[in-house]
Amino acid sequence: MSPLIQITNLKKAYGIFTVLHGINLDIAEGEVVCVIGPSGSGKSTLIRCINRLEAFSSDSSIVVDGVTVGPGKALAKVRAEVGMVFQSFNLFPHLTVLKNVMLAPMRVRGTKPADAERKARELLARVGISEQAEKYPGKLSGGQQQRVAIARALAMEPKVMLFDEPTSSLDPEMVGEVLDVMKKLAGTGVTMVVVTHEMGFARQVADRVIFMDGGRIIEQGTPSEIFDNPKEERTRGFLRAVLNH
Amino acid sequence: MTLEIGITSIIAGLIGGLFLALIRLYGSGPVPFVAKIYIDVFRSIPLLVLLIVVYYALPFVGIRFSPFVSAVVALTLVSSAYTAEIFRAGIEAIPHGQFEASQALGLSGRHMMIDVILPQAIKIVIPPLTNNCINVLKDTALASVVAMPDLLKQATQAQALSANPTPLIGAALIYVALLWPLVSIVARLEKRFGGEKRS
Repeated sequence: MSPLIQITNLKKAYGIFTVLHGINLDIAEGEVVCVIGPSGSGKSTLIRCINRLEAFSSDSSIVVDGVTVGPGKALAKVRAEVGMVFQSFNLFPHLTVLKNVMLAPMRVRGTKPADAERKARELLARVGISEQAEKYPGKLSGGQQQRVAIARALAMEPKVMLFDEPTSSLDPEMVGEVLDVMKKLAGTGVTMVVVTHEMGFARQVADRVIFMDGGRIIEQGTPSEIFDNPKEERTRGFLRAVLNH
Repeated sequence: MTLEIGITSIIAGLIGGLFLALIRLYGSGPVPFVAKIYIDVFRSIPLLVLLIVVYYALPFVGIRFSPFVSAVVALTLVSSAYTAEIFRAGIEAIPHGQFEASQALGLSGRHMMIDVILPQAIKIVIPPLTNNCINVLKDTALASVVAMPDLLKQATQAQALSANPTPLIGAALIYVALLWPLVSIVARLEKRFGGEKRS
């Protein structure tokens, strides 16, 4: 079976500064991949290229579920199949929580309002915030907002969920509630690509852990291969720095 | 007459301004540059000059407007340039994450604007927009130079007849009476939209 996401020779540069040096990466359907690495290693840029929030070099190729990610018509199709959760939530502040979740299915998929609402309430229950459905995002805590953002992305029934440091801007006591939702989600067989600094989460939930540094994949493997027995010196150095403090 | 010219120009200016702002920000090829030139030119030309050009100069090239249309055309040309800058500032004040979240959900450019960006941008620009509307209403006084029977013109004529300034003072008071409520509405809107925090 061909992989759900196929990334070939992914290159990206800002002016003379190269962020990604030709990344090759295949992700299978149902796989949970965690990407770790120091700040500026290109891990966020990597997943932002998958739905082309970042443009990339024209000799690179990304294929998601058989559709090539490039400028033009096909991009909308890819984006509808790829959900994304941001570090800064990016909920729509002028819409209620419920409307935030309903908007994209209605506009992109043409779902009827009644169906969209039923689906939205179901998802909000799944992430544990049914009672907040009629409130505006600004009234919610960070952890609640991020859970709404996850529900909003799931409402499109995406084939892939991308998480760009979903817990990095949360207060420590709220990290757990968001990770719990993500763990439950991983258990349902959704393909997930998670950029994270939560090593505990990566170890527990990931099928595969990728360590990036300097715009390259340095090492990848199962959580125990990476965390218990890293082969590369840079991986060891990074893990020492984040795990022993 | 003052109100008719003012309201027509305000509505046309709002529509034109929004259109200009959108093509300036998102047009392709030379379109944004052309929009920018338009906006800059009509923001720098004095309204009185434009009014005289439209009414007295255009007939030489075969374009002849009635006084009413001349006044509306001149006011709209200028007002849409200002309105465009107000809308642009509003759209640019929306955090980049709102655009990214819309795109990541697969919303088309049109839906992103209509459902996500403009509702937030318009809230931000209501106070400056209302200010602009007041300016347009005030500027209708200039229409008197193109022989429009606007308030000021009528007052000047009445003064010539009665040989005292009472009609002029009366006209001034009517302008204030028309515009005072609007000015206080702006103040209230600024309080309402400025103080509200939804992060």
